[in-house]
Amino acid sequence: MKVRLSRVAHARSGDKGDVSNVGLIAKDPRYYDLLVREVTAERVKSHFGPLVAGKVSRYELPNLHALNFVMEQALDGGGTISLRTDAQGKTHGAALLTMEIEVAPDEPAD
Amino acid sequence: MICIGNGQGFWGDWLEGPVRLVEGGRLDYLTLDYLAEVTMSILQKQRKKDPQLGYARDFPPLIARISKRIEDARIRVIANAGGVNPVACAKEVRRLAPGLKVAVVLGDDILDGIDDLLESGEELRNMDTGEPISNIRGQIESANVYLGAFPLAEALRTGADVVITGRCADAALSLAPMIYEFGWKQDDLDLLASGIVAGHVIECSTQATGGNCQLDWQSTPDFAHIGFPVIEASGNGEMVITKHTGTGGRVTQGTVKEQLLYEIGDPAQYMTPDVIADFRTIQLSDDGPDRVRISGVKGSPRPEKLKASVSYHYGWKAIGTLVYSAPDAFEKAQVADRMVRQRLSELSLRFEKIHTEFLGVNACHAHLAPVLDEPAEVQLRIGARSPDKESIERFTRELIPLVLNGPPTATGYGEGRPRVREVVAYWPALVPRDAVSPRVEVIE
Repeated sequence: MKVRLSRVAHARSGDKGDVSNVGLIAKDPRYYDLLVREVTAERVKSHFGPLVAGKVSRYELPNLHALNFVMEQALDGGGTISLRTDAQGKTHGAALLTMEIEVAPDEPAD
Repeated sequence: MICIGNGQGFWGDWLEGPVRLVEGGRLDYLTLDYLAEVTMSILQKQRKKDPQLGYARDFPPLIARISKRIEDARIRVIANAGGVNPVACAKEVRRLAPGLKVAVVLGDDILDGIDDLLESGEELRNMDTGEPISNIRGQIESANVYLGAFPLAEALRTGADVVITGRCADAALSLAPMIYEFGWKQDDLDLLASGIVAGHVIECSTQATGGNCQLDWQSTPDFAHIGFPVIEASGNGEMVITKHTGTGGRVTQGTVKEQLLYEIGDPAQYMTPDVIADFRTIQLSDDGPDRVRISGVKGSPRPEKLKASVSYHYGWKAIGTLVYSAPDAFEKAQVADRMVRQRLSELSLRFEKIHTEFLGVNACHAHLAPVLDEPAEVQLRIGARSPDKESIERFTRELIPLVLNGPPTATGYGEGRPRVREVVAYWPALVPRDAVSPRVEVIE
């Protein structure tokens, strides 16, 4: 069944120059494996579409039950150059949480 | 155990934050982080106009306001309020609070040394794009190295009540008192890494205590009185993140995790001037209400080079808005956007980019935004950027005429033409350590 990422995870995002990073954190340690399987760098890149022009890298933090996504060329030049309302990627975390993931019937997801 | 609280996450944070921190519970050190990436260039411009300026002007009056309390409670202050002029900042603090001893940490400003660096073969390539800095040499406005915590600890050794720095690593503000109090050395890698991790958690003030936290945000207690974060640091590297009793917000593993991941790259290599911390080794545990314990952090030796942030003139920009009401608010705003672009294209102007957003429809999340049937109003927001100032000036004249010339119900133009703003961009680069010599001065 399809589930919104916001049901199993929370997130915070911010910037470094033209790079936006999203920390994605399992709401319960039991959901971490699900995040690792479903929320790949490729899927995040395609989810963000035109918002992110560059590469998306994923880093795993099993100790925090979290993933870190580093998204390049994600802020129209970033900082002072960007013409976007969200020039610092502050809302990218919330945007990632709208993604739908596939959960097996016997998997924990609430 | 020492208590270190951060009362300012950027220049513009809540003015009462540091006051509540020093008055509301035990505190030994108050840190204040004023400098965002682009702040230095703004301060550089201020100093060009007036050699007595170029620092965070909120800081001296704050110290005057809390001076009695910090003297009575023996709280020491460490702040990067110095910007590009720490000495002038220190003198103003001394003028407003003559009873306090003030030390400054100098040496982060390498603006005058750039040509020497280039001559010695350093290219100061942009860490993001790989371009050599020679491409923008004539446009550079400021250049500052991120100093580490050891010079700040040296400044504490002078007995200063207030330590003022220019650019330094944000988390170094918290690490410095630990180095000073516990006698940590450069090869105490795990201890330094523990201090850096705790410092990173509190460097954005209330982002550690429930502010801007998505986890079950509606249940966050009392945002209006949100407590600013405090580290209880121990010499063995154990850190507890907490806040003063009776304040709003909350400290949970959720709030701490969100902040740990904030603005980081590869978590295995969190680079600072003093140590590289491995965030995959961080262990969190609950330690009572509003208390989260950090342990187990591992560090590896500091990077060979120091990071510098250079700011340079990039061009000009302006952003203007108009509001359209229902019915057909979105459609009207789209027609208005096309109209502005048509008119601009017929004026032989020069733009690097024109960017349109429809606030209330999809400005932040683009295609990911939920589709609304009929928004009550939509704000059209058009931005333009160019190396040519005149093109941007002309652009700022093209929005308001739509009130009379374009689709109906345009309003919300009360502030008139948008302002033309200089774009000062940020250039991260690496600098050899031997090109940087931090030093401490006590300001009489």
